[in-house]
Amino acid sequence: MKLTYILPLVALTTAAYAAPLAFDFKDPKGVNNAVFQLDAPLESINGSASGISGTVAFDPENPAATTGKIIVASESLTVPNPMQKEHLHSANWLDVAKYPEITFEAKSLAKVNTDGNVTTGDVTGTFSLHGVTKEITAPIKLTYLKDKLAARVPNLKGDLLVIRANFVINREDFNLQKGQYEDKVSPTIDLSLSIAGACVRQ
Amino acid sequence: MRKTLQIIALLLGFATSASWLVTGANRGWTKTSVPVKTADEVTGIEGISYRKQFLPGIDFLAAAWGTAGVLAGASLCFSKKTKPTTITK
Repeated sequence: MKLTYILPLVALTTAAYAAPLAFDFKDPKGVNNAVFQLDAPLESINGSASGISGTVAFDPENPAATTGKIIVASESLTVPNPMQKEHLHSANWLDVAKYPEITFEAKSLAKVNTDGNVTTGDVTGTFSLHGVTKEITAPIKLTYLKDKLAARVPNLKGDLLVIRANFVINREDFNLQKGQYEDKVSPTIDLSLSIAGACVRQ
Repeated sequence: MRKTLQIIALLLGFATSASWLVTGANRGWTKTSVPVKTADEVTGIEGISYRKQFLPGIDFLAAAWGTAGVLAGASLCFSKKTKPTTITK
């Protein structure tokens, strides 16, 4: 075979291997969660959301190029107190009927440090909540678990990507009772994301 | 009636306090579910699910003692039973 035929073939094969892997974050086990916390005088308001989906493109050879979008269903936000949950979902706060999704779209990764299968860095992207979109930067930890999908979901071969991120937002920035109830609910919200995505291999 | 209302008020207050203490003396708000964390062995992620459980809080205790106070107050609207007096001539 002539070299002119071989070279494009090699290039194509290399490109195929270099392509980022697409990880789906709809978790069949329902373990993925986003935790939120707001300080309040009597007791901090702690809750979580489980309705998580989205996809992330991750290249094990180039983790710095990671991009993707994570979606949290607003309706899935839960707190143990039923009245607080009702208020949280109501038009006065999150208005889940009007804004059914909370999203984060990762655009770039900076200060990337990879050690084995763990990559840490600062992710910058757009965070959308309550109809407001803002650019935020937060520390992130990516753990690439090669060939571990079968250990979690039998009969499926592939890889897992675990993402952990913690960040703080101001509720005023997202028009959540701007300037109101500051004596009752903290103006800042702590968010913590712990999610695992799967990349199925045929 | 006066005595009955006062006894009901006391019973309500003490029974609520006892149940609050027995369920762990939750000094926060009343909860109808409690978070249960389970670790995923492969990913290390702690999954959070909610188990239905009534956990009375400070608000529940305050409401019970408030109701007890209203009952005790209402009892004062009823006059004391007076012993019949015999008039001897």
